[in-house]
Amino acid sequence: MATYPDKHGRFGKFGGMYVPETLMPAIHELDQTYKKIKRDKQFQQEFQTCLKNFVGRPTPLYFAERLTKTLGGAKIYLKREDLCHTGAHKINNTVGQALLTRRMKKKRVIAETGAGQHGVAVATVAAMFGLEAEIYMGTEDMERQALNVFRMRLLGSKVTGVNAGSRTLKDAISEAMRDWTTNVGTTHYLLGSVLGAHPYPMMIRDFQSVIGREARKQIVTQAGRLPHCLVACVGGGSNSMGLFYPFVKDAKVKMVGVEAGGHGIKSGKHAARFSGGRSGVLHGTMTYLLQDQDGQVNLTHSVSAGLDYPAVGPEHSFYHDSGRIQYTSVTDKEALAAFDFLSQEEGIIPALESAHAVAEVVKLAPTMKKNQILLMNLSGRGDKDVQQIANMRGIPL
Amino acid sequence: MTNRIQHTFKALQAKGEKALIPYIMAGDPSLDVTESLVLTLAEGGADLIELGVPFSDPIADGPVIQQAAERALTSGTTLKKILSTVRSLRIKTSVPLIFMAYYNTILAMGLEKFCTEAVSAGVDGLIVPDLPPEESDELCHATRSAGGPVVIFLLAPTSTPERRNKVSKRTYGFIYYVSLTGITGAQLPDLNHVKKNVRAIQKLSQKPVAVGFGISTPEQAHHVAQFAEGVIIGSALVRNIAEHHQDPTFLSNLKALTQNLKTALR
Repeated sequence: MATYPDKHGRFGKFGGMYVPETLMPAIHELDQTYKKIKRDKQFQQEFQTCLKNFVGRPTPLYFAERLTKTLGGAKIYLKREDLCHTGAHKINNTVGQALLTRRMKKKRVIAETGAGQHGVAVATVAAMFGLEAEIYMGTEDMERQALNVFRMRLLGSKVTGVNAGSRTLKDAISEAMRDWTTNVGTTHYLLGSVLGAHPYPMMIRDFQSVIGREARKQIVTQAGRLPHCLVACVGGGSNSMGLFYPFVKDAKVKMVGVEAGGHGIKSGKHAARFSGGRSGVLHGTMTYLLQDQDGQVNLTHSVSAGLDYPAVGPEHSFYHDSGRIQYTSVTDKEALAAFDFLSQEEGIIPALESAHAVAEVVKLAPTMKKNQILLMNLSGRGDKDVQQIANMRGIPL
Repeated sequence: MTNRIQHTFKALQAKGEKALIPYIMAGDPSLDVTESLVLTLAEGGADLIELGVPFSDPIADGPVIQQAAERALTSGTTLKKILSTVRSLRIKTSVPLIFMAYYNTILAMGLEKFCTEAVSAGVDGLIVPDLPPEESDELCHATRSAGGPVVIFLLAPTSTPERRNKVSKRTYGFIYYVSLTGITGAQLPDLNHVKKNVRAIQKLSQKPVAVGFGISTPEQAHHVAQFAEGVIIGSALVRNIAEHHQDPTFLSNLKALTQNLKTALR
């Protein structure tokens, strides 16, 4: 089996390095540095130590007994990334890239954030490693995730609102790329998902693969076998790729990626790239992209800021076309129902992003046999969403 | 194959002049206005003209050109309609026209279809700011099959000597040197630094070097023309058009401004 990406940073026809000339030397530097540290035992040891003592890994694999009984089908296990320090899987990648930034002797990091989870994870490692950090965030997202904006500032980072376009994640990435283009000599762009130009999709997948490696060991220990099916939500696609990647070669393990269906695919107001997108180039990579016939990028909609993005990681596009991973979508309404459902069934408030995966589990589990195993990545906790949901329900806090 | 771009640079060299290359956003505020702007710029002495193709997510551009792209998209501008404007312009002017287009806008049309239509409309060159030489094989193949438009590549202050070599070999017509580490419309840095880099590129290649990003006044253009073969003026012009295009005397003012810039390059 071939390994991807190839030496040109491609996953089949997807991926690549579509960035302005000004950034190309930095992209090559990053590629070279990452190649070195990937084989560097000392770096890997530092990374593992940080994951253990700072992030709190390994995260538990939890058998959701009540949920399993209520749904009446497959045994449901939850990979508890919500228990990571800062409340989501995002910190796995930011710790890796902060160590890398130190290796490259850069003092400043910039980042984009949608839901604010990546921003908080960046602000956290910046504080821990003594780096200067500036986080770009769409002004619409700043409103719906005000709590995370405050957390980032509390951690000593500068948060800069982006007022262009849809004022969400897409525009925050564009603005971060402009900052990087201007300050490339001193600054590392700490990208938060398996997006962007090579080597980002590969590097971030590798840093997040700790999720799948742990889950694989844990399920074998706890259940004595591999799961039948994996489920995870897909925004840019880092929590899902982190879970799926270590299982890719296990042909019998089915994988389902859940995209944001927003108001429904027919409404056109969604972020389901595999239902209505086609191949295009955005933010440095060739991948499935929601765009009009002239190649202008569509505005997306999702109740969840972290899934509200018109493109998807290029490796997902590759596995979509090869058929290795199946993709589906759930609507805002279904995700919101799942948010309440998991909170009340299991005492776990999921992030709105992860609630999309829960909604798929609610559909899928009853169709499976009782001896089958369904393993879902609970990528983040929902504390950050409580205020938004209270607002939506007209409840003053 | 020599095309209008090469021919223009040769003719200028023979006269001891430098190329004035204005950039405007096609469709800002409308394609009808774009047509009259191109004709006015050409009459005022522009040697080549860059037409921006609006894109929703222009990562290499500062706020002035971002907003111009938004206005152009709001006015219903598409690549197809810009090509029609070029067809209509070609009856009236032979000034070399260069498209500056983000890759996704031409990918969406299809590279082969775009190149064929661009050649038949009379587009001479193409600059794709998010397409480094590493990713350009397909596009270069399509332009060769269609007989144009030629692809012009960029170099930046961050480019390594190895990349300078690669880009100089692959570019056609001229080398677009980005004067500063940043996005369009930023403040022009120390011109001595620009000069040093342009000289280094000229040692590697016989091809003309045109300098863009951050140049806004005839004085700056004059300085740059001391060492480069061409000067690109973008954001300053785009801002001027946005602020004044409704003035009754705008076209004659624009012509005078172009003449001033051109005089600075003689």
